[in-house]
Amino acid sequence: MTLSESELAARPTESSRLGGTVRVRDVSKVFGQRGDTTVALNRISLDVPSGAFVALVGASGCGKSTLLNLIAGLEKPTLGDVTLNGRCALIFQEAALFPWMTVAQNVSLALKLRGVPRRERAGIVAELLETVHLQDFAGHQPHELSGGMRQRVAIARAFAQEAEVLLMDEPFGALDAMTRDLLHDELERLWLDRGFTCVFVTHNVREAVRLADRVEVLTSRPGTIAETFEVPFARPRRIEDPEVAALAGVITTRLRQEVRSHATE
Amino acid sequence: MPLSDDQGVAVKVLDQELSGLDALAAQVGSARSTPARVWSAIWPKVAAIVLGLSIWQAIVWSGWKPEYALPPPGPVFRALWQGLLDGSILNGASLTLRRAVVGYSIALVVGIVIGLAVARVKVLRIAFGSLITGIQTMPSIAWFPLAILLFQLSESAILFVVVIGAAPAIANGMIAGADNVPPLLLRAGRMLDAKGFTLWRYVILPASLPTFVSGMKQGWAFAWRSLLAGELLVIIKGTPSLGVQLQVARDFADAPALLAVMIVILVVGILADAFVFGALERSVRRRFGLTDSAI
Repeated sequence: MTLSESELAARPTESSRLGGTVRVRDVSKVFGQRGDTTVALNRISLDVPSGAFVALVGASGCGKSTLLNLIAGLEKPTLGDVTLNGRCALIFQEAALFPWMTVAQNVSLALKLRGVPRRERAGIVAELLETVHLQDFAGHQPHELSGGMRQRVAIARAFAQEAEVLLMDEPFGALDAMTRDLLHDELERLWLDRGFTCVFVTHNVREAVRLADRVEVLTSRPGTIAETFEVPFARPRRIEDPEVAALAGVITTRLRQEVRSHATE
Repeated sequence: MPLSDDQGVAVKVLDQELSGLDALAAQVGSARSTPARVWSAIWPKVAAIVLGLSIWQAIVWSGWKPEYALPPPGPVFRALWQGLLDGSILNGASLTLRRAVVGYSIALVVGIVIGLAVARVKVLRIAFGSLITGIQTMPSIAWFPLAILLFQLSESAILFVVVIGAAPAIANGMIAGADNVPPLLLRAGRMLDAKGFTLWRYVILPASLPTFVSGMKQGWAFAWRSLLAGELLVIIKGTPSLGVQLQVARDFADAPALLAVMIVILVVGILADAFVFGALERSVRRRFGLTDSAI
């Protein structure tokens, strides 16, 4: 259903590669109490193998963010099981950096809370900031950076957590198109380099096809998986690649059909 | 995995594009020079003082009150100068300020302890939350009869009322700060595995700092008011505090001296506000990126 074993094995495997797995089994999530309830997710199942890049797309109200929160353990499912193997980090639409700390301190805090000894932290922070090309901004406060730079700090912080699963909740939704394109390239490069597992929530279908191995289309109210699309294209990709556009067109049609089905309700 | 030449070039191009965009996006610092900034901060204040003195002089000239009750600025500043020369004003101000610092420090400790307890423990919140606000709105002068019964006419009576006046504002600042931590930061903290004490230490307390500093500033205003009220009501022999000097000037109908002491009280208040609490507030806001100049 996803990458075959041989395909996974063909991808570079180095000692530094980290890839956790996510397994969601028949999970339902109901908000509210008695009488006044909303079913956000209805018996949803999802498997994300180690090192995979899975995108979840859906119209608003499909419970994409709820699903990420469940995987991250920030919320508990009403029914069903969520299994997460490996450390995970959640990246939000707004980079949730601590404004009273510098860029370096934000990254360093993740190390500190993980118990990395003080003398080792500075070196790791410098290295991580270099991987996201922000070595020159270590001493800046988050508010002095652009939105795209803040997201890269958040990604560096996720690496500082040694996250094996990156859960990204519309991380580039608030960025301008140019920055977003560059961050797609950057994220793809980091993913190829480091081999983490990525679950990427977005409502931008082109973005999903540009980045993911697999795109899951979610239905709305209650959220469940309507259809799965494999994305077999070679990497590195570009968002303007014709095959990316073509598949995005197919998925968008499917998504619209899904949205239309709510019209008469 | 060794990069092929093509990939190497692609990564390099990405590097350049990112750093180009970053350089464009990162903020450019304010280009205004320091003297220009100082001047633009000072001249409106100077103008305000000149305006205030002119209005004062005009009221005196209008003959609304006789000059022994409302003297013009001239004699008042002569009295002030004399007080400065003979040391009485400095003595009084340092005595009063010492009380203010002692009382405010106690209030800070009490306010932080109560604020933390009420913010963290739900039962305490329900029990004491509204009581703290209630005490804050209570005029501090209403505490003096009790304070005098408890501590007689002593410095302890004054400090008691200063603490009662300032601590609730400080505690409230702490509580409001902890309540208003952005949920996003709490989630980020929990994602970093910060729970319980660690979450407080690294997320909630620092995030509540701007609100807490506002509470501290308000607490200082309450402390300063309570202190002066106390020094007027609780006259302790042999202590020429600013409050006592005010009372003595009134007793001797020495209007210039009275106004001179009032000016000292006003100036001390302004200086504490501007150089201690204002500076603290500005530095916190700048750190958090909350100031206009940071945009």
